[in-house]
Amino acid sequence: MKNIIVKKSYKDLRSGLLFALPAILGFFIFSLGPMIMSLVLSFTDYRIVNEPVFIGFENYINLFTTEGTLFYKAIFVTFYYVILSVPLGVMFHFFSAILMNRKIKGKALFRAIYYIPSVIPVAASCMIWLWIFNPERGLLNYLLEMLHLPTSQWIGSEQAVVPSIVMIAIWMAGNTMVVYLAGLQDIPKSLYESIEVDGGNALNKLIHITIPMSTHLIFFNTIMGIIGGFQVFVQPMIMTDGGPGTSSLFYSLYVFREGFEHSRMGSASAMSWMLFLIILVLAGLFVKLSRKWVYYASE
Amino acid sequence: MLVSKKNTRTVVGKVITYLLLITICFLFVLPFLWMIRSSVIPLHEILKMPIVWIPENIVLSNFTQALTVLPFGRFFMNTTIILVLSVMGILFSGTLAAYSFSRLDWPGRDIVFYILMTTLMLPSFATLIPTFLGWRSVGALNSYLPLIIPNWFCGGATGSFSSVFYIFLLRQFFMGIPKDLDEAAKVDGASHLRVYFQIILPLAKPAIMVVVLFASFSIWNDFLSPSIYLNEVEKYTLNLGLRLFSGMYNAQWNLMMAAATVVTIPPIILFAFGQKYFIEGITFSGIKG
Repeated sequence: MKNIIVKKSYKDLRSGLLFALPAILGFFIFSLGPMIMSLVLSFTDYRIVNEPVFIGFENYINLFTTEGTLFYKAIFVTFYYVILSVPLGVMFHFFSAILMNRKIKGKALFRAIYYIPSVIPVAASCMIWLWIFNPERGLLNYLLEMLHLPTSQWIGSEQAVVPSIVMIAIWMAGNTMVVYLAGLQDIPKSLYESIEVDGGNALNKLIHITIPMSTHLIFFNTIMGIIGGFQVFVQPMIMTDGGPGTSSLFYSLYVFREGFEHSRMGSASAMSWMLFLIILVLAGLFVKLSRKWVYYASE
Repeated sequence: MLVSKKNTRTVVGKVITYLLLITICFLFVLPFLWMIRSSVIPLHEILKMPIVWIPENIVLSNFTQALTVLPFGRFFMNTTIILVLSVMGILFSGTLAAYSFSRLDWPGRDIVFYILMTTLMLPSFATLIPTFLGWRSVGALNSYLPLIIPNWFCGGATGSFSSVFYIFLLRQFFMGIPKDLDEAAKVDGASHLRVYFQIILPLAKPAIMVVVLFASFSIWNDFLSPSIYLNEVEKYTLNLGLRLFSGMYNAQWNLMMAAATVVTIPPIILFAFGQKYFIEGITFSGIKG
């Protein structure tokens, strides 16, 4: 009997590995391998035309200390973007989801419309917003003037460029709302009824039920927002090219230029490892903090 | 008295909800409508102030002009080729792996699965440079191989989106299929491959649809990889073409919006038909994740 069991699990091991083989190979060839390679490269001077030369920590040191280094600027721009876009996005979409979760007609239509921006390819979205942000002929300034509100140069201004890109990001993230909405629909009605019995109002329901019962989704969307936020690339690449000046030099764009415009592969590898470590530390911190406030229904 | 007061309050609440929702949804769809409007308006009207909200006469010449300046038909074909071959690859490696991780018992299975899942956290920029150098060393730059092949190993990252996500989604779905079905088939002597083809795959059609939609969408959307690997204009994807076009005609907003519309319409159609799967997929990944 025992023999048979052992034999069976061995047979499953073979087919198990065989079925998962493409994915396991993919992990080694396209994830782990490149990660190790880029760590190795980050300690070399490699500009494609020469053989890689080992230079120790020089790439990392240069990043922090070279005169006129744009590292701090890129870090600042990217953090600024994440700090602005993640909480705003989380709150705004949560608010929309609460609205859509009420007993209303045409919920499916509202939800579909809300989702449309996420379906538009980013490159096309950038074109649309370039046009809308156009200071003289654009729709946005025109509408603001109509309402007698102050206008702006939007992506043409050093102060407004990052908030403008944040605005686009929130517009594009309708999927976040769909996640919240699905979660809200899962909250048992009986919980709300018990608040009603106690004479609580809508605000009580929000604070004591809706928010606590959605913490796992807020957690999910925040962590995805952090990971995605540090990788924003297409918007600055197409819309601003990092400008005006360096005011929208997002970290990914910075790495891209170093690697693919200046062909400094060693230093670009060091930069991408820095990015990886930053995301790892922040995501790790966030996960650790989340244990205090995230509630899972299944636990 | 009390009841009617409460009723008024709910009515007011409802009206506010509708007003807010209509406003938000209007603002969300406005850029899209503005693109469509700007794509069918002649240049002299698009620059008029005050704004001409609805074009007096709708013209389609913007499209014919935009589409003939650059070979957008070609770009469309290129994008479609990359898309179809990539999605096939994702389905191949994704369903096989998901089958292994959900239906087969082997030591270390869950550990291997979670290790694969850690790559979801990996920023695509972290692997970009060595991967680029690798493709360069085998002479595959300026070809579609770097865009397609990784997907056959579920190892591609399109944008900030790693393909292992599809394994996660499929595994989750496969786990919901009753085990008795394959047990019965195995008693009859069916091999794993047969169970996979004849039981699991047919039952997993909804999940497969979700994967096809998500994957098509993210590949259609991808900008970073094509911009790194493709440098001949004839090989460009639609997104690269769109960017090239905007560099050439950056003041002719009617033409630019026509080009943007062309790139946007296919995913919108896909969304309209597959909306149900989209919503299900997002819900599924968000809640269960």
